[in-house]
Amino acid sequence: MDLSPIFISLKTASLAIVITFFLGVGTAWGVVCLRRPKVKIVIDGILTLPMVLPPTVAGFFLLYVFGVQRPVGSFLVRFFGLKVPFSWGATVLAAVVISFPLMYRAARGAFEQVNPQYIQAARTLGMPSYKIFWRVVLPLALPGVASGGILAFARALGEFGATAMIAGNIAGKTRTLPLAIYSAVAAGDMGSAMEYVLVLVGIAFIMLAGLNWLTAKKGYNGAGGGR
Amino acid sequence: MGLQVDITKRFKGFTLQVKFNSAEGTLGVLGASGCGKSLTLQCIAGIITPNEGSIVLNGRVLYSSAKKINLKPQQRRVGYLFQSYALFPNMTVEQNIASGMQGTKQQKAKRTEQMLQRYQLEGLQKRLPRQLSGGQQQRVALARIFASEPEVLLLDEPFSALDAYLRETLQLQMLETLKEYTGDVIMVTHSRDEVYNLCHNIVILQQGRALIAGNTKQLFKQPIYTQAARLTGCKNFSRAKKIDENTVYALDWDINLTIKGPIPYKLSSVGVRAHSFMPAQTQAAQNYLPAQILEQVESPFEWNVLFKNKEAKSKTQPIWWKCSKQAFPAGLPNGFSVAPQDILLLEDGFAEET
Repeated sequence: MDLSPIFISLKTASLAIVITFFLGVGTAWGVVCLRRPKVKIVIDGILTLPMVLPPTVAGFFLLYVFGVQRPVGSFLVRFFGLKVPFSWGATVLAAVVISFPLMYRAARGAFEQVNPQYIQAARTLGMPSYKIFWRVVLPLALPGVASGGILAFARALGEFGATAMIAGNIAGKTRTLPLAIYSAVAAGDMGSAMEYVLVLVGIAFIMLAGLNWLTAKKGYNGAGGGR
Repeated sequence: MGLQVDITKRFKGFTLQVKFNSAEGTLGVLGASGCGKSLTLQCIAGIITPNEGSIVLNGRVLYSSAKKINLKPQQRRVGYLFQSYALFPNMTVEQNIASGMQGTKQQKAKRTEQMLQRYQLEGLQKRLPRQLSGGQQQRVALARIFASEPEVLLLDEPFSALDAYLRETLQLQMLETLKEYTGDVIMVTHSRDEVYNLCHNIVILQQGRALIAGNTKQLFKQPIYTQAARLTGCKNFSRAKKIDENTVYALDWDINLTIKGPIPYKLSSVGVRAHSFMPAQTQAAQNYLPAQILEQVESPFEWNVLFKNKEAKSKTQPIWWKCSKQAFPAGLPNGFSVAPQDILLLEDGFAEET
C-alpha cells in the first residue's frame, strides 16, 4: 500500500485545523460582538455558505480566484512566485474553506451560551476586553469550541470535492485519502481502496470518541439572572 | 458629591424614567418585580446605555447624552454585586478576587491575601465557586468587588438567592461590610425588610418611575402614596372621603374613622397595616369595627385573620389582621379598633397603566 495519501491527509488536516481554529474562533467572537442584528445575519450567512453548498462550488470559486490567469492568481505568481492550483498548499486551502463554517458556527454558539453576567461582571471589575476574552469567555466556551474543532478537523480530513478541483489528484503531492480511495476504485483496485477506507474509518472513530469524552465532561456554565 | 442619576431608557412597551440622588449611607431602591430596579443599576454600571439623561458620580460624569459622554464600564469604578454573584466558575477564589486588580504580581498577591483575611476566606483560596456555600460565595463576590476599589457599590437583590436562615445571617454580615465602606451604596430589592434593615434612605420605583424618595423610617410611617404604602407592606386599603378635619369616611369598609394630622388635599384612600388593628369588644373603643370573621390562617409565628365590617350597609372589602401568637387572644374578638395615628392618609401616585 502507498502510505503517502495517509501522511498527506494528516499533514493537510493538521495545518488546516490550526488555521481554521484561529480564524473561526476570532471571526465568531467578532460576529458575537456585532451590535447590529441585520449586519449579523448577512455576515453569518456568507460565512456559513461553504457548509451548505456542494464542495465543488467552493472549489470552483477557489479556482476562479486563485487560477493563474485570474488577477489574484497571477499577482501571487508574479510577486511571490506562488502558484496555488495543483500545489500541496491548495489541499490546505480547500480544507480550510470547507471546515471553516463548522468551526465558526460551533464557536459562535458556544460564545453565545456564556452567561452574559460573567462578561458584565468582568467589565464592571475593570478587566480589559482582551483579558475578558482569554480569561473568561474562552475558558467557559471551551467544551463547545473544542468539539467544533474536532468536527472541523474531521471534515478537513474527509475533504474531497473542493480539493479535487483546486489541488487535483497528483500522487505523492495532492492525493489525500479520499482522493486515493476514489483513484483506487476507478482503477479497479478494491483491495487498496478498502485499506484506505479502514484507515479513514479508524481515524474518524477516534475523533468522535474523543468528542464524546469531551462533551461528557461537565461544563461550568450555570446561574440565572434577573433584570 | 455622591451619585446623581437622571435617565430615560425606552423599551417596547416600557419606559424607565428615574431621577434620584444618593445621600449619605445606603440608598434603597424598592419596587415590585419588573418595575425597572435592576435596569437602573445596569444603566449606572454602563451595562445598558440609556436613551438620554446623565449619571454623575462624585463630580465625575459617567454618562451624559447632552455632552455625548458614555464611559465604558471598565472606566466607571462602579462595583456591581449581581443577584447570583456572577463569580467566574472557571477561576478559584483567589483568581476571582484578583481578577479586577491592577499592579504587579506581588502587589496582587498581597492584596488578595488581605482580602481573603478580611472576608474570612482563608483556606478556601484554591476552591472553585461551586464548591462554596451561598454565604461564602457572597463574601468572595464582595471581596472581588472591593479589590477593584469602586467609588459606588450597587447591590442587585443581594439576598434573593438565599434561604430564609442564611438571608438574616448575611444581612448582618452585609451591615458590617457596609459600615466599613466609605463610598455610596445603592441597593435594589423588592423586600421591605431588607430595605428597612439596611437602608437609611429609599426611593420607591413604580413602573419605571420614581414615585417617592426620602428617609426610610419616615416613609414607612407616612408613605403618602397608596402604591408606596403597598410596597412598604400595608395590606388594607379603602377609598376614603373627608368628612371634617378629624374624620374620614372609608367607603370600602363603610365606617367613619377618626384620624390624626392634616388631611392631604388630594386624599384618595386610607391604609391600615394588618398589625395595627387591636382586638376590641365594645363600641367604646376608638374607631371600632364590628367584625364578621371570614377566615383564619395559621403561620409559624402569627395568626392571619380575614374579617369584614359586620354592620356595613353597603358591600365592603375584607380586612387582614395579623397578630403574633403570644398576643393572640383566647377567643376571637367581636371587633377591632385602630388608633388614629395608625391610619395612613394616602394620595394616588400616577395612574397605573395596566
